[in-house]
Amino acid sequence: MTDLLVFAAEEGAHGGSFSEGGFFADTAGIMLISPFVAFLLIIWLGKQLKNDGAEFAIGAMAVNLVWASVLFFQNMTEGIVREVHFEIANIGLFEGRELIFELGWMVDGLSIMMYWVVSFVGLLVFIYAVGYMHGDRRVPWFFAAFSLFAGSMLILVGAPNLIQLIIGWEGVGLASYLLIGFYWEDIENVKAGNKAFLTNKVADVGLILGAILVGLAIGDFSFPAISEAAAAGNESLGAVAAAGGLLLFFGAMGKSAQFPFHIWLPDAMAGPTPVSALMHAATMVTAGIYLMARTFPLYQAFAEEAGIRPIMVTIGVITLFAMGLLALVADDIKKVLAYSTVSQLGYMMTAVAAGGYTAGLFHLFTHAFFKALLFLGAGSVIHAVHSNNMSDMGGLRKDMPKTFWTFVIGSVSLAGIIPFAGFFSKDEILATLDHEGYVGFMWVAIAGAFVTAFYMTRAVALTFFGTYKGHGHPHESPAIMTTPLIILAVPSVLAGFLNVPGLKLGSFGNFTDWLGARVVPMGDYHPESLDWALAAYGLTAGVGGIVIGWLLFAPDRDTQGERDRVEIPVLYPLLRRKYYVDDAALGLVGFTSGPLARATDWFNTYVLDNIVNGVGGAVRLAGRFVYNGLDQRGIDGIFNGLSAVADSAGSSLRKLQTGRVQQYATSVVIAALVLVIVVVIIQ
Amino acid sequence: MELFESGWGLSLIVFLPLLGAVALLMVPKENESLAKQLALTISLVTFGLSLVLIALFDYGAGGSFQFEADASWINAIDARYHIGVDGISLPLLVLSTFVLVLAIIYSWDHWEEPRNPKAFLILMLILGTGMNGTFVALDLVLFFIFFEVVLLPMYFMIGVWGDKSMRKIPGFSREIETRLYASIKFFLFTLFGSAFMLLGFLALYFNSGGLNGGERTFDIPTLISLGLDSIPESAGGLSGTAAWLIFGAMFLGFAVKVPMWPLHTWLPDAHTAAPTVGSVLLAAILLKLGTYAFIRISIPILPETSEIWAPAIAILAVIGIIYGSLACLAQTDMKRLIAFSSVGHMGFVMLGIATLTDIGINAAIIGMVAHGLITGLLFFLAGSMHHRYHTREMSRLGGNQKLMPVMGGILAFTAMASLGLPGLAGFWGEFMALLGAYNPLPSLAESSLGIFRTSMVLGAIGTVLTAGYMLWMLQKVNLGEPNEEWLGQEFHDVDRYEMTAWVPLIVLILIIGFYPRVVFGATTDAVVSLVETAYGATVTASTGG
Amino acid sequence: MLVNQFLIVAALLFAMGTYGLLVRRNTVMILLSVELMLNAVNINLVAFEAYLRTSEAIGQVFSLFVITIAAAEVGIGLAIVLMIFRNRQSANVDEYNLMKF
Repeated sequence: MTDLLVFAAEEGAHGGSFSEGGFFADTAGIMLISPFVAFLLIIWLGKQLKNDGAEFAIGAMAVNLVWASVLFFQNMTEGIVREVHFEIANIGLFEGRELIFELGWMVDGLSIMMYWVVSFVGLLVFIYAVGYMHGDRRVPWFFAAFSLFAGSMLILVGAPNLIQLIIGWEGVGLASYLLIGFYWEDIENVKAGNKAFLTNKVADVGLILGAILVGLAIGDFSFPAISEAAAAGNESLGAVAAAGGLLLFFGAMGKSAQFPFHIWLPDAMAGPTPVSALMHAATMVTAGIYLMARTFPLYQAFAEEAGIRPIMVTIGVITLFAMGLLALVADDIKKVLAYSTVSQLGYMMTAVAAGGYTAGLFHLFTHAFFKALLFLGAGSVIHAVHSNNMSDMGGLRKDMPKTFWTFVIGSVSLAGIIPFAGFFSKDEILATLDHEGYVGFMWVAIAGAFVTAFYMTRAVALTFFGTYKGHGHPHESPAIMTTPLIILAVPSVLAGFLNVPGLKLGSFGNFTDWLGARVVPMGDYHPESLDWALAAYGLTAGVGGIVIGWLLFAPDRDTQGERDRVEIPVLYPLLRRKYYVDDAALGLVGFTSGPLARATDWFNTYVLDNIVNGVGGAVRLAGRFVYNGLDQRGIDGIFNGLSAVADSAGSSLRKLQTGRVQQYATSVVIAALVLVIVVVIIQ
Repeated sequence: MELFESGWGLSLIVFLPLLGAVALLMVPKENESLAKQLALTISLVTFGLSLVLIALFDYGAGGSFQFEADASWINAIDARYHIGVDGISLPLLVLSTFVLVLAIIYSWDHWEEPRNPKAFLILMLILGTGMNGTFVALDLVLFFIFFEVVLLPMYFMIGVWGDKSMRKIPGFSREIETRLYASIKFFLFTLFGSAFMLLGFLALYFNSGGLNGGERTFDIPTLISLGLDSIPESAGGLSGTAAWLIFGAMFLGFAVKVPMWPLHTWLPDAHTAAPTVGSVLLAAILLKLGTYAFIRISIPILPETSEIWAPAIAILAVIGIIYGSLACLAQTDMKRLIAFSSVGHMGFVMLGIATLTDIGINAAIIGMVAHGLITGLLFFLAGSMHHRYHTREMSRLGGNQKLMPVMGGILAFTAMASLGLPGLAGFWGEFMALLGAYNPLPSLAESSLGIFRTSMVLGAIGTVLTAGYMLWMLQKVNLGEPNEEWLGQEFHDVDRYEMTAWVPLIVLILIIGFYPRVVFGATTDAVVSLVETAYGATVTASTGG
Repeated sequence: MLVNQFLIVAALLFAMGTYGLLVRRNTVMILLSVELMLNAVNINLVAFEAYLRTSEAIGQVFSLFVITIAAAEVGIGLAIVLMIFRNRQSANVDEYNLMKF
């Protein structure tokens, strides 16, 4: 792993020589700025426009998509590595060199991919939101805050240094807070927003301290400088690599909802569904993965030696498996998808942490499409039945055919069925784990794939099959909402072919090559050909999950909603009566969907949440103690006590002051007499 | 421009407000609009002059004093009228003249009982002279006088226009009017500190003769060049104990003003009781006088002693950060919450100063500027909300965003700025203070690296607490459904005077947030040369550790 | 020449004045007592001057000053007493407690 240069030659289709990117790379900053322009325009003019300012938001994203697409194409043909920056502050000398803060933009394989994903998914979600938010309150503000998010996200992924990354990082956090609490009249939503913000803020301590450690180790915050120092094996960077790497990972855990920081994400579903689709599924929550990818050379060079890699992989694996189980018992369709998102983020984190740069990012790429698709589909259903609960749905496949088919495509892709996108990206993660020696974890990941397929089947069965259990008569959503679904379904099916190991798109190379446009070679692992055995395991898990899920849930899709809530343990006899599956599978299924999932859920609700609430409460109590006990009675009491002493001394002395002149005169005379007597005695 | 080269321009900036106050005395009391216009004109001209200062300032020589005036003043004690600006004082001077203008604009339509705009404006202008003077004074006696001039107008502002409710103070048998308690507390605390500060100044004066060819001096640049505590006692310098005591005496004076834990208790009371404009000026400028004095006087004159004191200052600063944030979480009064938040924010400033590095001191300066803008705006908002709701109890407020959308929006923005959101002004001070604390001055790194690194971690945790109470305040005040008692009432959203006063602050918060160079452009050179004069060229610190 | 007898007279006068100042309740009487005390001082001054015979006659000059000032003092004192009497309908000094906090 330390022998980085060996890989330099084989990296990328462009033999390691990249172009500067020309006009579009020079002006890529437009992408970072245009959403903010849209934000201001919407605030200023939004109310007067027909679509409440969505025009500006969509316009900005359309411009961005043009830029991102051109850059994407340029990167496919020639490979771009370019960094544009300007100084915003010179804050003094550090070890004799000026320490400089900069803003700017990176244009390389990684950020181009992110630009494109954010712009493409963002544009579709914005269009969808015009239909979804129609007639809601504060629509201009919705699009303004959404633009604010898009701008901050682009600032984040375009950041050429840690400082700008932190700015974008907190910017998306702010947008997330604003949009989770979008319906702030209900205080519960506000609390969900606070929870998200504060959970992230705790993790941000790691990010900020990590940035300080890494930045000061080499006296430069810029990613190219950090990458080059890492590749060159810089000693002072190596000295802080363990602490700095873990701290940065700690920050990434918050934004990417890794166990145990995942608690904020399900609550974040309080925001409007397009928000969940774009921010809490496709883009914002992948910021942590992006950070790990951006600082990848640091981990690649030092993580093995520092021994922090197993910690990171373990957390990723816990997240991917345990959170998948939780999706099994949720009734709220958005919560199912939220837990699913956390679980998939676990896959990405596992991959990146284990050294699978391309694998993690490729899963990020495909996941953005099918998870956005699933959320938008769920939004379409919620829009039709006016409820988030699957126990109020059912049988919708006939009423909402477009939503149904696209949702199924998304689900199958997520379940990792060949040839859908999710299959290839998940397979690459498994291959990476296998290659890097985490075989045990690989089997957990395969089990996770089973769980994934299982809960998605359940969601589809409960939502679209059986009979309708809600109120009113649901209708298919308008074309402005279904069109983005159909467009997103295309990459959900096809995106996997961009990175089939060993398959190149002619002279364009493949996804791995495109990501290969970067400052330093990193020697990360990517499979050269498809490992059919591994693929078969993954596929079996996926298909198995679907089949078992279908067998379990399809027959009682009408009542499952209630069953889930009251008598899950009864699942076991139910299964035995109707179907024969061998005992091991039965036990496994019963255990996974019953006690284990329940226990995880219980742990999540009662332990983790209580810890969080407890910490919050304890901090409030500490605050009260500090204020009432220490400050008001202690410190302030001391000062007040001092002045009270002076005050009472004054009060008692004041009694001498009667205001009677003759008493004063008497004392003067007595004093004079005493003095005279004293003088006489002395002499 | 001749005016400025000769030093008269700077004197004009300092004394124009005082002249304006004298002129205001002659305006009949009934003619309020004339009084207001006159005061506004004076403050605008002062601000305009400070803008000229920005334009003429030689940024290439930010480390040296410019636009100096140096005239003999009180010969008997060798006190001179010596003023000048460098890169450190320039941003603060401009901030001071700028906030004064905004305060006058805001007060246009917001007079607390017992009204009397004329008297109030006179006090504000006198305050202006005191603040501007403190930032440019280069003579210890002159500095002391300006430092004290600030005290009186603020005392009267709080005592006359302050909160008239009665309060039970622990330790006192009677109920006391809040404004009286607060104003006297403010006055006594500051005076207590000032007494020690003056002692420190005098001690410097009497000890300066030995190294200065027998001539004692109060002149700050001269004292800096003497290097009192770096020269052994036998050669005319200060003994270690004497230097330690002198630093301690000055520390008491400055720390009260900052305020540093545990000398902060005057601050919440003074802020809560003061009229809106008083709180704004107090938060925006007055708190900066103490921190500025550390940078201008304590560190450069007694660099070696500063190294001894620095770990203690860092510890107190961090206690202030955590303690202030925790106390905020226990508040029920919105204005008191904002007041306590100052304790935390100034803790970051002091942490930056305690590192004795150029990064840390730079952090302190931008932290001071940002805190001035942000907390000033927060107090404006708290005042305006109190004006409308007639209460500051957060349990009674709520749903402000619905009743007054614009005001709510500005409050949310300012709260975000205050919790140090990157991209807004408040972030740089906090981040760089932590940056500095990670690698303090090499000699400090050798002796007490652990203290500073622990401070860094605790400070970072403090940012989480800050976010906690700010979000909590937003939830209580801004969000949710409005309390029933406000239903059916008409609330006027932000009026034009408020808008005029606030928009410049918002714009500046954004500009400094995204382009901090507007501050660092002036300060960095000055700070680097200050640290270099004090501790010699930066040597390579051991980073690993 | 002996000064004792003059000094004894002056001391008696001074004691009477002091007694009156401290005991009398009527403000006018208090003022008169003050006059007595001043005159006692005058006698002392003149007596000492006669005894010491300085070339500038300082004692006489000073007693003239004292007489003038005493006149002025009584004038102002009586005016104050008059004003207070108008407001308070009383010349009793015990009822004058405006100076009390």
